[in-house]
Amino acid sequence: MYQKANAGHIGSSLSCAEILVFLRFAWMTNEDVLVLSKGHAAAALYSVLAEAGVLTPEQIDSFYENGTQLPALPPVNAIADIPFATGSLGHGLSLSAGMALGARLSRRDRRYYCVTSDGELDEGSIWEAALFIAHHRLANVVWVIDRNHLQAIGRTEDVLALEPLDAKLRAFGFHVITVDGHDFRSLLAARDECSAFVDASAPVAIIANTHKGNGISYLQDTVDSHYLPMSPAQYAQALDEVTRAFMAANGGDPNAD
Amino acid sequence: MRTEFAQAMIALFETRDDLVFITGDLGYLAFERLAAVYGERFVNAGVAEQNAVSLAAGLARAGHLPWVYSTAAFTAFRPYEQIRNNACLHRLPVKLVGNGGGYGFGIMGATHHALEDVGVMRGLPNMRVYVPLVAADVAAVVSMMAKDPLPNYLRLNAPAAVPTALPAFAPWRKLKPGRGAVVVGVGPVVQALYELSAPALLEELEIWSVGTFPLESIPAELAASITTKPHLITIEEHYAACGLGEALSYSLLTSGVVPRALTCLSAAGYPSGRYGSQRWHQEESGLAGPRLKERLEQILNG
Repeated sequence: MYQKANAGHIGSSLSCAEILVFLRFAWMTNEDVLVLSKGHAAAALYSVLAEAGVLTPEQIDSFYENGTQLPALPPVNAIADIPFATGSLGHGLSLSAGMALGARLSRRDRRYYCVTSDGELDEGSIWEAALFIAHHRLANVVWVIDRNHLQAIGRTEDVLALEPLDAKLRAFGFHVITVDGHDFRSLLAARDECSAFVDASAPVAIIANTHKGNGISYLQDTVDSHYLPMSPAQYAQALDEVTRAFMAANGGDPNAD
Repeated sequence: MRTEFAQAMIALFETRDDLVFITGDLGYLAFERLAAVYGERFVNAGVAEQNAVSLAAGLARAGHLPWVYSTAAFTAFRPYEQIRNNACLHRLPVKLVGNGGGYGFGIMGATHHALEDVGVMRGLPNMRVYVPLVAADVAAVVSMMAKDPLPNYLRLNAPAAVPTALPAFAPWRKLKPGRGAVVVGVGPVVQALYELSAPALLEELEIWSVGTFPLESIPAELAASITTKPHLITIEEHYAACGLGEALSYSLLTSGVVPRALTCLSAAGYPSGRYGSQRWHQEESGLAGPRLKERLEQILNG
């Protein structure tokens, strides 16, 4: 998608790709709702929704094209599985809290999974939402923080230091789980740990340690991966690296089945 | 109008089960009974207006009808992006309520005044603004807002006590006839026209009240008055920029209705750098008292 569109934000999408895949295909029920607060990773969300059959290949092909329903950041009221057009950072957690409060008032058993970035935590509204979620014990919100340590033009700890993030979240009243955001086994353990807190008073925040531009050597952990599109040579290199990684992990041809 | 608003919200609660009332930690000695009636559907979201508006959008997305209450300045300005993105762009029925529009909070000073609220709200897509005039308007407006599927902003203020029989709340209302000039006003500041202790002056004014933005089509009777009478005057407790005067001018000119002369009376801000009651600020801006009387006499005497 990014290669065809000649677009940036590749690193942001690769950072949360496994998180979105896991949430959608291994954790969420049909009733649950996903809010990608870091809307600049919309391509990762679109890809997951395509895999889920919500978006068609034609829609995916229209990414970035004039007349598309899939702009660089999520659209307004266009896709049933995208409840809000996020992109301006710091909104998604409050929106999730509102929907979660609504579900509680309607006695509906459903969860709201909100994926924020870490740079996004600079926004004051995030902490307003965190106060509210903790105070109202909205255990039907699961907050996943894509902790790749990079924001738009610098490292989070150099721009506005977040650490100790886990202590901050615990002080707000969250049950904090730290995982490797690229490792499904680690995410599975978080899911199981979270399930144990379904009826508990503390909402859950998951710090998912990740790499911006994960899996592609020239992009990984670089500020450039936030902005720059791929050249044809870089695209070929990226495909090659992803393919080799898949084969190493699975011991065979990724196209064999 | 805060008391009337609370009463209207309690009455509304008896008619539907999807209401959620969110306050930004305001409503002392006004919302206690409302809170008791609403129970878990009354939420004090704290002094956190950005979160409150997004919460409301989320609640609306989940099928509820959320109302967000705060001081007008805090309802309209702090969470503006949340209003734009999460309520207006998504066409969700988030009901925003701002108490003390204009100089309503008087001596509290400039940070607590809202002289731009109607302007910034009417600039948003899908947004409808309601400005009641008298206490009896509030229940009607609350009922209209509850039926409106789009976002709304309600500007509350101390109600006017206009000494004439009024038609029910409507986008346009004629308050009285007059031969000398047409006055179009919005909100309770219109009452100042009746308090000039100048019966002969008042007699000359044909007065209309605007209740909603965007402006509805100009009534034929008003259009006829504007084109035949020598002067059109607008009055609003709001800065001139993006206010009633500008909105009406646009509507008139795009409708081919051209006034022979136009004067827009609006809030001047803080010309002396001093502070006082709502009335004091109105008078300093020439929206009430001797300066208003002098200005109207100048206009009527040509």
